[in-house]
Amino acid sequence: MANDPNTQKRVDEPTGTEFVGHEWDGIEELNTPLPRWWLWTFYATIAWALAYTVAYPAWPMLSQATEGLIGWTSRGQLMDEMSAADAARQTTKEQLAAVDIVKWQDNPELMQKAVAGGAAAFKVNCVQCHGSGAAGSAGYPNLNDDDWLWGGDLEAIEFTIQHGVRWDGSRQSRFSLMPGFDGIFSDAEVNAIVGHVLSFTDAGQSSERGAELYANNCLACHGPAGGGDRMQGAPALNDAIWLYGNQPGDVRAQILNPRHGVMPGWKDRLDPVTIKMLAAYVHSLGGGEVLPVAEEAEAATVGGDEQP
Amino acid sequence: MSNPDPHDAAAKAQQRWAKAEPGAEPLKPKPASAGRRQAAPSTTADGLYEKHQKVHNQRIDGPFRRFKWLVMIVTLTIYYVTPWIRWDRGPYAPDQAVLVDLANRRFYMFGIEIWPHEFYFVAGLLIMAGIGLFLVTSAVGRAWCGYACPQTVWTDVFQHVDRLFDGDRNARIRLDRAPWGPSKIARRLAKWAVYMLIAFATGGAWILYFADAPTLFRDFFALEAAPVAYATVAILTATTFTLGGFMREQVCIYMCPWPRIQAAMLDEKSLIVTYKDWRGEKRGSLKKAQKNPGEYGDCIDCMKCVAVCPTGIDIREGQQIGCITCALCIDACDKVMAEIGRPRGLIDYATLEDCEREAAGGPTRPAWKALIRPRTFIYLGVWSAIGLAMLFALGVRNHTDLTVSPDRNPPFMPLSDGSVRNAYTLKLRNMESRPRQMEIRLEGLPGGVMWTDTIPQGDAARSHVLDVAPDLTRTVRAYVSAPSGVSEQNFSFVLTSQDEQAEQDSSETLFNAPGGN
Repeated sequence: MANDPNTQKRVDEPTGTEFVGHEWDGIEELNTPLPRWWLWTFYATIAWALAYTVAYPAWPMLSQATEGLIGWTSRGQLMDEMSAADAARQTTKEQLAAVDIVKWQDNPELMQKAVAGGAAAFKVNCVQCHGSGAAGSAGYPNLNDDDWLWGGDLEAIEFTIQHGVRWDGSRQSRFSLMPGFDGIFSDAEVNAIVGHVLSFTDAGQSSERGAELYANNCLACHGPAGGGDRMQGAPALNDAIWLYGNQPGDVRAQILNPRHGVMPGWKDRLDPVTIKMLAAYVHSLGGGEVLPVAEEAEAATVGGDEQP
Repeated sequence: MSNPDPHDAAAKAQQRWAKAEPGAEPLKPKPASAGRRQAAPSTTADGLYEKHQKVHNQRIDGPFRRFKWLVMIVTLTIYYVTPWIRWDRGPYAPDQAVLVDLANRRFYMFGIEIWPHEFYFVAGLLIMAGIGLFLVTSAVGRAWCGYACPQTVWTDVFQHVDRLFDGDRNARIRLDRAPWGPSKIARRLAKWAVYMLIAFATGGAWILYFADAPTLFRDFFALEAAPVAYATVAILTATTFTLGGFMREQVCIYMCPWPRIQAAMLDEKSLIVTYKDWRGEKRGSLKKAQKNPGEYGDCIDCMKCVAVCPTGIDIREGQQIGCITCALCIDACDKVMAEIGRPRGLIDYATLEDCEREAAGGPTRPAWKALIRPRTFIYLGVWSAIGLAMLFALGVRNHTDLTVSPDRNPPFMPLSDGSVRNAYTLKLRNMESRPRQMEIRLEGLPGGVMWTDTIPQGDAARSHVLDVAPDLTRTVRAYVSAPSGVSEQNFSFVLTSQDEQAEQDSSETLFNAPGGN
């Protein structure tokens, strides 16, 4: 900054522009004027910034920032967006409420919406026990497979969700109680029964003693070939799916001191449409069974879940 | 870029002006504010900022002006007519020839339909546009700026509106200086109303590219169109009104990056509009020149070239960022040269190299010869190669596609009979505007069978035929089960369209099984 601008008025020959008077290592600054409108644009942005920070929460104060004149909050915006989303779903919810769940299978588009809604509700309410993929774990039923304790059609699933399993809150709750045989059978007797039960799936050695004990103590609920009974919620023993494990020790433990899982009923906590949507979602996971009455209607259904 | 000549000319001109006109002569133009503005002592008082000096360009006729008219008519016609062209694509696709269907994520251009996953075609078009600009710049300099740029075309339109309402250059300058009175206010309001109409037509036509034009046109005026349509029109109307009606050359000089980029791409072999100072200098009026033959050059300093310039520059100062090379000054100067009996081309399209040769007494080279040089052909080659490659890719692309995504949670599912089930989300894409049947088949995975969300497990089989709606992707949830004891292994879904094309696609995926990992 060698030159004092007041004493020097020199003009750059090639451009005809005056020097400002600033010089750095021989490079001098020319006074090329900025257009006036550019300056006004700059002032306008300052004015905008001031107005903006007054209208919206911005200025930091001692305990919190200014609230802004128009009363905008991010929480309020979220609430608005949530209620807008709710309103957008309202028609679908009304449709789902109006149509009986039995009829949903005839309407693929409605079914698709129900499954999507159910998936969202499942993530909030059900994953804690059944897992995020609905695959359950020991003691918590897997909802993907084709084995159902209480029935796997839409109505049966809906009923189970409404009233729960062994749940005090509803008199209609699914209820089954396998008695414990601890102290009743001797070790050898228990092992004979375990052998007979596992023989249904060719995983164990049946014996006369075991078959007899089974027939006397277990058959009433689990059936002669271990097929189970959905009316009583008695599990099938002749398939590959074991809620509490398929090892001889697991089976033995369940005979001596059976565990009884509890699922709460949801009819007082979730609205009926959400419960129906949950049923549709669980049904869609791969093991869903066709409603006996809707079997013929199902055959006529044409799929159509295209998306762009 | 080695051409000191225009600089010298400018310096000379400036010295001369400084002597000749210390005061402000009423109609004397002040060259507008490109970097090489004349620093008149009286205007430097306010130092850092400068008032926008309005450009009142004079009417001119000539070959380049007529070419400019032609380009304007062609570009505006393309802009306004394109959305109304119909193109029959059958019952399942829109019949608008050019349509950017953002809502359904499709881009239609006559016989070509682009899906979002093919956006690289649009990227290719943009690359072609970029290289096309290199090509044009290397061949004919800033021709884009001078003729085809929307800012230029619309500024031209608005300047003609000015002329229509307020008369030619001198009348407009007088009106500008006149005090505000009823007649000036009325004239200005009427003119701005026309500005507004043009601006509205500009913004209004833009939205027609994004929806069915006749429907949107009707809905728009029935106040039934989407809010975003009105917002878009409002914004584009405002920008057109401001940028075309008032900012004009300021956009080119201060806002647009393109003059800077183009300036960097020009070299001494590029065609530019240039003043041949060795022929023009020393300038002097016709009278002076006649009095002192031999002392003066061809330039009679009539300032016509400045008067007709739409950006208000003085081309005699040499190449500058404000020059959009529209060549109207060539038209003006040629006319004057004809009147005073001098050869045309004192201001002309020429390369700096040609200028040097001519200044040294060499022969004049026709301007078109400037086009023939390696750089131009290399750009042309690259540009054409990309275009041809894209056309080829468009021609051979598959109109079906299959993507498979296996469920990861849970990865597999043991079933009650001991078999293992995996679930997959299949996407069957049908890019044709007609419904198609597609067969989906398992390849590999011995003993594996498949059913879907719409095909019950009872009908499980190795292959199924599915309907896919026109121009859509169908999402199918597929369940595949394999007998007990199956091990983790790869297999493929194979898709075959059930029509004469028999287009095929396959996707390999993993069958998870217990003990696999």
